[in-house]
Amino acid sequence: MSDGNDSLGAPAALTGTSARLAESSSLLARLLSARQGGFALLLATVLLAPLFMDGLYHYDLAVLIGINAIIVIGLNLLVGYAGQISLGHAGFFGLGAYTSAILTARYDWPGLLALAASAAFVGLVAFIVAKPILRLRGYYLAMATLGLGMIIYLVLTSESWLTGGPDGMDVPPLVVFGRPVMGEQTWYWIVAMILLLTYWLALNLIDSPVGRALRAVHGSEIAAATAGVDATGYKVLIFVVSSALAAAMGGLYAFYSGFITPSSAGFLHSIHFVVMVVFGGMASIVGSLVGAIVLTLLPQMLTVFADYDALVYGLILMLVMIFMPKGLVPTLASWLRRSR
Amino acid sequence: MTQAAILEIEALTKSFGGVRAIQDLSFSLYPHAVHSVIGPNGAGKTTLFNLITGVFSPTSGRVLLQGQDLASKTVHQRAALGVSRTFQNLQLCLNMTAIENVMLGCHLHVNHRFLPALFRLPRIASQERSCRERAAELMEYVGLGNYISADTTSLPYGAMKRLEIARSLAAEPKLLLLDEPAAGLNGAETAELEALIQKLSAAGVTVVLVEHDMKLVMNVSQHIIVLNYGRKLAEGSAREVRENPEVIAAYLGEQAA
Amino acid sequence: MFAEFLQYLVTGVTIGAIYALVALGFSIIFNASHVINFAQGEFVMLGGMSAVFLLASGIPLPAAVLLAVLCGAVLGIALYKLGIAPARHSDPIPLIIITIGAGLALRGIAQIVWGKGFHSLPAFSGNEPIGLLGAVIMPQSLWVVGTTCVVVALLAYFFNRTRLGKAILATSYNRDAAQLMGINTDMIMIVSFALAGLLGAVAGAVVAPITFTYYEIGVMLGLKGFVAAVLGGLGSFPGAVAGGLVLGVTEAMMAGYISSHYKDAVAFVLILLILFFMPTGMFGKQSAERV
Repeated sequence: MSDGNDSLGAPAALTGTSARLAESSSLLARLLSARQGGFALLLATVLLAPLFMDGLYHYDLAVLIGINAIIVIGLNLLVGYAGQISLGHAGFFGLGAYTSAILTARYDWPGLLALAASAAFVGLVAFIVAKPILRLRGYYLAMATLGLGMIIYLVLTSESWLTGGPDGMDVPPLVVFGRPVMGEQTWYWIVAMILLLTYWLALNLIDSPVGRALRAVHGSEIAAATAGVDATGYKVLIFVVSSALAAAMGGLYAFYSGFITPSSAGFLHSIHFVVMVVFGGMASIVGSLVGAIVLTLLPQMLTVFADYDALVYGLILMLVMIFMPKGLVPTLASWLRRSR
Repeated sequence: MTQAAILEIEALTKSFGGVRAIQDLSFSLYPHAVHSVIGPNGAGKTTLFNLITGVFSPTSGRVLLQGQDLASKTVHQRAALGVSRTFQNLQLCLNMTAIENVMLGCHLHVNHRFLPALFRLPRIASQERSCRERAAELMEYVGLGNYISADTTSLPYGAMKRLEIARSLAAEPKLLLLDEPAAGLNGAETAELEALIQKLSAAGVTVVLVEHDMKLVMNVSQHIIVLNYGRKLAEGSAREVRENPEVIAAYLGEQAA
Repeated sequence: MFAEFLQYLVTGVTIGAIYALVALGFSIIFNASHVINFAQGEFVMLGGMSAVFLLASGIPLPAAVLLAVLCGAVLGIALYKLGIAPARHSDPIPLIIITIGAGLALRGIAQIVWGKGFHSLPAFSGNEPIGLLGAVIMPQSLWVVGTTCVVVALLAYFFNRTRLGKAILATSYNRDAAQLMGINTDMIMIVSFALAGLLGAVAGAVVAPITFTYYEIGVMLGLKGFVAAVLGGLGSFPGAVAGGLVLGVTEAMMAGYISSHYKDAVAFVLILLILFFMPTGMFGKQSAERV
């Protein structure tokens, strides 16, 4: 592809270009890169965090953070990179949770099979609605995803014979090879491994023609199509992938917590996910991690404020969005770049 | 005239509500030449490009690329068949860096499937490297060597126009449609553009230009089509068109004829 | 049979009028600033809640309602000044999050000041049901529909006949051109947000005697009002009214004839149908992208 005699007869000023490109693979650049340095940092954090944990409550928080982080990474691919909007993502989470729960609790399916089936089922639902929904833009797309999420929530609340209704349902523990998977610590390691995997896969995707195609769809869909990008195909793809991921995490959460309610599919839960994406930084996987960490811990810390928690949370959202609209991580990154 | 036409427009009509943007337009373009479509503002030139690339569907008539009817083909499918274009109102992805915009143009020539990308199979990594090198070369080729590490938003207007051309070249098209590439360029930049177009033509790309800069059009085109109110007014070589009284009247008003 | 149908119709028109008021609030703010105000439902909640507590502190009912409505206007201005104006140059998504945060903060304030309980307001003119062709109409329903009609008429007059109203419309069509014509766009925003707050509070105060009011009532009402606005075409005032009424009546018919469980689902199924088949809503403006 880059021989000196390309068909356009371009003068081979390759020394200049190669030199300019070479600097990007220096050791320092690799350390600071999200893919390699960031992964190493995440791995270290995951391995060392238990040393600082003081009691099962901390493990529980870590599991919740991890689950949220995985979902938010998936959502960020859809919202931050591909430029779409989803105000109903919790619907997929809840649908996955309930499908896993119902298959194991009522129909005695093996846990892992139920989990796989929920992800596949929700992926299928997402696929069916994807084409008509993703034709929409902006507020219309936001409204359609909101509507979809709400419909899922309302079905889960109303069909009590199946779902236990608004009071929720119990979920039996996940059984793998005859042994139940229980305990905050066990789940910590499971979720940590999935998080590391998701982080790595997401960064692979971004640093590839697929990632570029997604960002191009966001930047200018017509330019992307003109360059040969099947914009609709990629939008549907990322929509289905992020929904199936959310569903799988919903199922895992159901097994972990042993109890689920329809509010897990509700509007407020969807908003939590979106806020984590925007707060941490759109089109920033590292930002998704940060957003998940901060915004999972924040309500916990705010319970100290008792009745004031909603007020404080709302004010924090407003302040961060006013002063750091690009999100925490991209804003900090650009401050760092400017001061260099 | 013995070679097959690369692009054939047959009785093409496009109406928007009551407005007939293109009316019963027919012409053939032969490969390895530079063709220009000229005409007063509103004559339907960009609409024609949009019809060729698939942004609009014709109300009636056909567009044939190397004999193949493009009727059912979407924009990206036509790109895969070898059609590439630039835009009158720039369509750059401002959320990507300059070089990434050009790398976007390589899309059709790389493995862009989901699973290989997800697991970063070895070919993907080496493919990314060569795609980036090629994009850098193309940026040098169009004179943007100084902007290789730049953000798209920091580029001056003329550079953005050239970036779009670099992106369209990355696709290695058979048919390249340039929509007013000289708009906003000064004399020196236009001369560079002229040289670039001639270089492309010599390399075998069929270039179709929509332009208002008559000097550029006359210097560089082997074949000119004149549109007026969506209809073909005249067609021929540069000299034939220049001396055509109807063309002169359309551009300069009845008195000059 | 007919009496039953009429009964549902009455309920539907009543709640539809409320949705219309909320939808109008959405459309006014959207026209002025292209922001979707996710705190609109909270204006409704605060209208009702503050009326309840103003009454409880000894102020007579009419004054309490009026004061509550004025509070709504003030709150709208506060939202603009504190939340939207500082972030004016942001993309739509951060602005949406800001309004979501504002809604949350307002719910938080309501929770602190008034607790999580349910409250209700006495009916404005008593509880004597009025019979009409076999259906029973509560006087408060007439208040709801009547107030909505008056409000819509006043708004129509304001936007079509007064200079300020026309300036707001002009700004919504083309902000830059409006500024070049000397229109103070900051004032436009203030008035628009005040209007939206006022409309929300009116809706909240006037419906409180019918439904209980509590700190979270704004969430669902806001969502449905948003649906109504998009149904009619976001930004269109007749559309907001039509959307609200269509939604209210369809909901009531659904609850009456089919299943009251899925009453809330009507709004969202309707919106999906409209978005799939008529994306710009019933009265919305079609727009094509120029390339």
